[in-house]
Amino acid sequence: MADARSPADRPLSPHLQIYKPMLTMMMSIVHRATGAALYFGSLLLAWWLIAAAAGPDYFEFVNGLAGTLIGKIVLFGYTWTLIHHMLGGVRHFIWDTGKGFELPTIEFMARASLVASLGLTAIVWAVGLWCTGAP
Amino acid sequence: MADMRTPLNKVRGLGSAKEGADHFWKQRITGLANIPLTLFLVVTVILLAGKDHSTVAAYLGSPLAAIAMMALVISGAIHMRLGMQVIIEDYVHGEGAKIICLMTNTFFTILMGLACMYAIIKLSLGN
Repeated sequence: MADARSPADRPLSPHLQIYKPMLTMMMSIVHRATGAALYFGSLLLAWWLIAAAAGPDYFEFVNGLAGTLIGKIVLFGYTWTLIHHMLGGVRHFIWDTGKGFELPTIEFMARASLVASLGLTAIVWAVGLWCTGAP
Repeated sequence: MADMRTPLNKVRGLGSAKEGADHFWKQRITGLANIPLTLFLVVTVILLAGKDHSTVAAYLGSPLAAIAMMALVISGAIHMRLGMQVIIEDYVHGEGAKIICLMTNTFFTILMGLACMYAIIKLSLGN
């Protein structure tokens, strides 16, 4: 599209740093950031699947890494990122139907999805730790 | 002779490329599919957390789990590629760098997807 670009040095529209941070804006940014994080996080899923296919020795090694403190922190972050991006997607589906554009509704959905993503992440980990019998 | 026409004027009347909604629609379809598939992944990981290799391999190689996992990998890879494409188009402005990033995005998502598929198929065929 190089041809369509104007050679004139036109002023740019104001960007992020101009605006006061607001919840809805932060949620939009976080939706993109979590999407990008999940993009690279998919390597963890690939690693896990490949480890399972590679055989017991390598799988135990990867399983051991996942069980370390750093491994658990990464997986906890992965869980929240996944759930938050998923709920952000659900908000987009609601908007796609043409509904939910009233300011109070937008504000409510932003808060609700943030609370829900944190709550669901906590529940998933509580169930997970309970199932594995870890304290 | 200097071209006095504006960029907008050059494209006006040419008609659309007839694929305007394609990217949007694919992103929604894969996103919708990713909801149940992601829930499946979360439940799977909880069930398999801390389990030994034979249990994990048997579970991941079972027909339902393998098919759901393959669906997640395919739907996820397409969703990832489309999403990252928009991010690249928004932030990478140099024409050459943009094309290289977009191609890398395609190669990365396809390779990631193929690696996952290979692992799932290997597990399904009895390892």
